[in-house]
Amino acid sequence: MQHIQLGTIDYTILIIYFVFVLGIGWALRRVIRSSDDFFLSGRSIPAWIAGLAFISANLGAQEVIGMAASGAKYGIMTSHFYWVGAMPAMVFVGLFMMPFYYGSRARSVPEYLKLRFDEKTRGLNAITFAIMTIFSSGISMYALAKLLELVIGWSFHASIILSAVIVLVYIFLGGLTSAIYNEVLQFFLIVLGFLPLVLLGLKDVGGWSGLTARLATVATNAGFEPGAWSHSWRYMDAPSHNPMGIEWFGLVMGLGFALSFGYWCTDYLVVQRAMAAGSMNAARRTPLIAAIPKMFMPLLVILPGMLAIGLHASRGGFLPIGSDGQPNYNLAIPMMLAHYMPSGVLGLGLTALMASFMSGMAGNVTAFNTVWTYDIYQSYIRPGRSDGHYLRVGHAATVFGILASVLAAYGATRFNNILDMLQLVFSFVNGPLFATFLLGMFWKRTTGHGAFYGLLTGTVTAALHYGLTISRGAVPGIKGGFLGAVLHTYPSEMALNFWTALFAWTGCFVATLVISLLTTRNKTDKELVGLVYSLTPRLKEDYLPWYKRPLVLAVFVLVVSTILNVIFW
Amino acid sequence: MRLDVRFPIGGMFTILGVLLTLYGLASDQAIYARSLGVNVNLWWGLVLLVFGAVMLGLAVRAVRRRPSANTDSAAP
Repeated sequence: MQHIQLGTIDYTILIIYFVFVLGIGWALRRVIRSSDDFFLSGRSIPAWIAGLAFISANLGAQEVIGMAASGAKYGIMTSHFYWVGAMPAMVFVGLFMMPFYYGSRARSVPEYLKLRFDEKTRGLNAITFAIMTIFSSGISMYALAKLLELVIGWSFHASIILSAVIVLVYIFLGGLTSAIYNEVLQFFLIVLGFLPLVLLGLKDVGGWSGLTARLATVATNAGFEPGAWSHSWRYMDAPSHNPMGIEWFGLVMGLGFALSFGYWCTDYLVVQRAMAAGSMNAARRTPLIAAIPKMFMPLLVILPGMLAIGLHASRGGFLPIGSDGQPNYNLAIPMMLAHYMPSGVLGLGLTALMASFMSGMAGNVTAFNTVWTYDIYQSYIRPGRSDGHYLRVGHAATVFGILASVLAAYGATRFNNILDMLQLVFSFVNGPLFATFLLGMFWKRTTGHGAFYGLLTGTVTAALHYGLTISRGAVPGIKGGFLGAVLHTYPSEMALNFWTALFAWTGCFVATLVISLLTTRNKTDKELVGLVYSLTPRLKEDYLPWYKRPLVLAVFVLVVSTILNVIFW
Repeated sequence: MRLDVRFPIGGMFTILGVLLTLYGLASDQAIYARSLGVNVNLWWGLVLLVFGAVMLGLAVRAVRRRPSANTDSAAP
């Protein structure tokens, strides 16, 4: 493959970005005086900054590259991840869950589990979460370094070491504040870096109508109705009518409910940003403010993939063909950059790609160092030390977390299957978590044993379901069916994942409910004040101007995402 | 009061905006064949410049409104 040629101007832009990233860390180094400053920004971040960091931490390279790839593979249906998946979940976490996360003064999601349930539930969550963050950080590092090697010809080692060192320096100096500030900078850079690409692409194909015409060719070539790539709901009546291979029920329940609520409402990577907010109201508005730009992200990350596949169909050879004979969907954004961007904005686009990579990695590292220090080290290894001691441990954990991610990235080059397997196992562990939180926050009768064994049941349910079913055309193994007997064949991998999440949730929900009823409560009503809905005084918001009320924002977000669903129906 | 994040954001985009605008004016127009004949460096450079200037303006206004902001930095 021909490498993209970068000019002096492109490297200059990249270097200016690195200077600002490191400069933010340097400017914030004096702010860090306690472990609370380092891990939680001293709980003083304004809502809009926390909100932009909330989506930026999620806007890693895998999100940007992966959503563009899905845009090419499935068309506008990919927007379900946003308008059906993320939106309701982000509204729910802001309106209903943040009062307990923030109000309990827990410093992390595992710590909330400790306060609400017991030590073993916290331990299970903290340990699996800590390992998982390292692996996701490593895998995303691997993915981007591979991509840059392929597209620009940069050395794999140089990409990994350069980005690891930069992320290490700015987190080490300025802790979570530095990560959050950089995430806000990265957010704007990603938007302003990819927008010219989308505008030029749209101009080239003749706007939305021109794109639809080209996508009709893509759809008919694949054996679907002409509108299958440009309508998000119209072909959702049966799995065989759309490229994602899922019907509306599996999508709404599996993706919209189980997967999305599981991620946005319980993943400490994003929740940490809201916990760092300056007040209860700011914390509740964090995910709601984040939802506003998030609604329009499909324009920026899915549309380039759709443009790329449209051009691929009408002009031929736009995307390189991979070893499986299919176009290499992961190259949608880099190929668009190479095709449309002259030196100058090309450097800006590549810098945006680097930024997305670093924001995802920094998000994982800051979540890891906090969970490691508070929930593992302070809880099980060395409790009762001075705050300065834990601050030093936090610094050490940052170095360790980055080194371990680098190792995981190199591991991925040699043992790719093992890492995929690990990610799969963690998805089984994480899948059921939302059921635990839902019962824990809204039913005071939920017990510690119920939560712990419910989580294990959910994990086992997920593994059993995944092991006994498979997606069409897949070889039994990592893609499902590893338990020998195949009881059901799903039309696509997506459908298998959505249903696995739903099974995990249901298994956990039922088991937690039953075990809680069979065991005695381990927390009194008094201990659960601020942790459970029925025992916590309602928040008063009358004093706030209307535009600062979480409910107003929530209604706005839901109305606009409904309109977007209708427009692209 | 710690660093207002709008300063580095505004600063970076102002610098990038100036750089791209100047490059757009100075560069050989032939390179814009791939961007459909649009001098995308010039136009996008101006967009970045305006965005950066607005961010800097907001940050400066916030400092002016709270002139004591730098003295109470001891408050957490």
